[in-house]
Amino acid sequence: MYLTDRSAPVKAGTDPARRRGPGRTVAPVVLVLGTVSLITDISSEMVTAVLPLYLVTTLGFSPLGFGTLDGVYNGVSALVQLTGGHLADRVRNHKLMAGLGYGLSALCKPLLLLAGSIGTLGTVLALDRTGKGLRTAPRDAMISLSAPAARQGRAFGVHRAMDTTGAMLGPLAAFLILRAAVDGYDAVFGVSACVAVLGVLVLVLFVPGRQPAPKTDEAADEAVDEAVVADGRQPVRVREALALLRLPPLRALAGCAALLGLTTVSDAFVYLLLQRRAGIGEEWFPLLPLGTAAVFLLLAVPVGALADRIGRRTVFLTGHAVLLAGYALLLWAPATPALPAAVLALHGTFYAATDGVLPAALAAIVPDRLRASGLALVGTSQALARFCCSLAFGAAWTVWGDGPALAGSAIGLLCCAGVASIVLRPAETTR
Amino acid sequence: MTSTRRRLLVLVAAVLVLAGVGTGVVLHAAARADRANQPQAGGPAVGAGTLTLDQKSRLVFVNGAAGPHRTAVASVPATGPGGRRIASDLKCARFYAAAGTGVCLQSTTGVLKQSNSALLVDANLRTRHTFPLAGTPSRARVSPSGNLVAWTVFVSGESYSSAFFSTRTSILDTRTMRLTPSLETFTVLRDGKPYHASDINFWGVTFASDDETFYATLNTSNKTYLVRGSLSRHTVTTLAENVECPSLSPDGTRVAFKKRILSRTDLWHEYVLDLRTLKETALAERHSVDDQATWLDDHTVAYALPAEGKVGRSDLWSVPADGTGTPRLLIAGASSPAPL
Repeated sequence: MYLTDRSAPVKAGTDPARRRGPGRTVAPVVLVLGTVSLITDISSEMVTAVLPLYLVTTLGFSPLGFGTLDGVYNGVSALVQLTGGHLADRVRNHKLMAGLGYGLSALCKPLLLLAGSIGTLGTVLALDRTGKGLRTAPRDAMISLSAPAARQGRAFGVHRAMDTTGAMLGPLAAFLILRAAVDGYDAVFGVSACVAVLGVLVLVLFVPGRQPAPKTDEAADEAVDEAVVADGRQPVRVREALALLRLPPLRALAGCAALLGLTTVSDAFVYLLLQRRAGIGEEWFPLLPLGTAAVFLLLAVPVGALADRIGRRTVFLTGHAVLLAGYALLLWAPATPALPAAVLALHGTFYAATDGVLPAALAAIVPDRLRASGLALVGTSQALARFCCSLAFGAAWTVWGDGPALAGSAIGLLCCAGVASIVLRPAETTR
Repeated sequence: MTSTRRRLLVLVAAVLVLAGVGTGVVLHAAARADRANQPQAGGPAVGAGTLTLDQKSRLVFVNGAAGPHRTAVASVPATGPGGRRIASDLKCARFYAAAGTGVCLQSTTGVLKQSNSALLVDANLRTRHTFPLAGTPSRARVSPSGNLVAWTVFVSGESYSSAFFSTRTSILDTRTMRLTPSLETFTVLRDGKPYHASDINFWGVTFASDDETFYATLNTSNKTYLVRGSLSRHTVTTLAENVECPSLSPDGTRVAFKKRILSRTDLWHEYVLDLRTLKETALAERHSVDDQATWLDDHTVAYALPAEGKVGRSDLWSVPADGTGTPRLLIAGASSPAPL
């Protein structure tokens, strides 16, 4: 079977991307979608930053009343993602599905004000997460379809950098509002809703409704099994989307993403371990995620562009090696003042090398008409694997303690990365 | 007009409208916050004055009435709780005091995050020591002797791909100023056997008069237990299930607590547990109580309930500890009661 490995290095002389300025290498759609994500993330992170405070100080919720909401918060979007991805391909309107997703989340912001009990609040949060789940795959598909195959990494890098910028600005906005209006949680939710509406509006106004003719070359479609590629005009069926799993390269990538996800310790645990190891003052704990986000933000574009040049699978695997280095520091490095900075830098680099690079790698494998379904399949398998990892890590922590549990994850990650590097190795037969 | 220009025009118009709405919402909230700091007609009489923790037969609490003394530690005579409130300069989210020792949990809004701290105060409400807190203040307690102080905060962590929420409970010995940052380092004995889990959370400590024994809530695998703790042995032992926020009676024989009456809901009723017989008695309060109750004497407990129709405001109520009688409004617009 003929299969182009799009993650293979592009010959320097033939790559126009390397001649032009960086601004011209990114499609306008990517910038618009990045703007939408930036605005939407300001809106949602505003709420995320103050929600625990609001629940505790204003609604008077006690500790684990909120705990029950936690599962809702995290579990919903992974599963909805599959639906959103498939529906987007099915109705062949990625913008519509993404718009519905963004719109649903925007609608939930003012509803938060009306939610006074765990039950209603859980429902509103679940709807919000449903919106997030619905929009993720179609949005990534639009990014993917608007960028030429050789510049997928950069396109996703630009999007993720803008997305993270919004995530960092959100809490800032929320706390500025709370400073202006003491106990003004309603104002935070109100402004968040306005910002979310603006995000939807930018999407509706400036994202083209019909996908531009794909700039990827035809090879991507040819790579697909004949059984999968039916006539492009027929509606996409569930069976077709599932048939994607019969594509060896997609199966390999989804499998490896899941395998590596199984040994990727959730961020919360990383920060907890870092705090314990480095003796960081409790009051600084909430700022640790900002360190990761800042590094992610700075490196997303350059690492994405690097992935386009030296191979996305290579960068994806290297990202996990970087994470492994972070685990090693957490396990064995002396608790110097440099330790938190080093660990957060490695953690942020890991995100820069994996979060946008994985979908970028899919562009070469999934045919255009099934792009959203394919992205959703891989995204969901990764998310579910990480969820399983969280459960397993909690159990390991219980039995062995935090250090050995992390050591176990590190060994697991090393093995999984070993397997993945063999599976994802550009096979000679595909050249 | 080109379609791009039309779309830009729509965008600019929308930005103006949304910015207007957003500004309006913030200004409205700011005005409301200002009003909360103005005394309101019909509100209780509150005046600045000298408040010390060694005054006898007074009740201290955090004042919630609108006006300049909102969130200040205040006191009223125990025999006439509806009387004039004397407010101090100390402002707290949660407060408790006993035997001339007070603990005040504070929360201030910074630019990037909330900054929270616990103040250990002396009888004149002067700060002896400040401890940074990892999260939002929740429960605070002082032992009857004033030698031990405990507090619970909610720790939340948001990050790129995960959110979590847990509690952290600390105990301070005010004689040595030695701080146990987290009760989670204590050995847990469940049904007599050592119990280990990563999801252990403690909250709501209450102290016995021996400066050694304490009671608290332990939560693990979706169950809450009443535990009895030993400070010298660093152990806690489970006593009963579905018990939250215990509060030990002055005579040390009973514990008032909130019991979840329907699993996975935020509905709690207040009960009293006899520690010898483990017999539970439901109290007369029919509203959901989400507070760590306080014993005013050996026969009466007090607790905060959300004030009707006012989001974020609470009133203090009291009810007989033997299950008889009816709840009585103790102090309107108040929280964190502590009898001196």
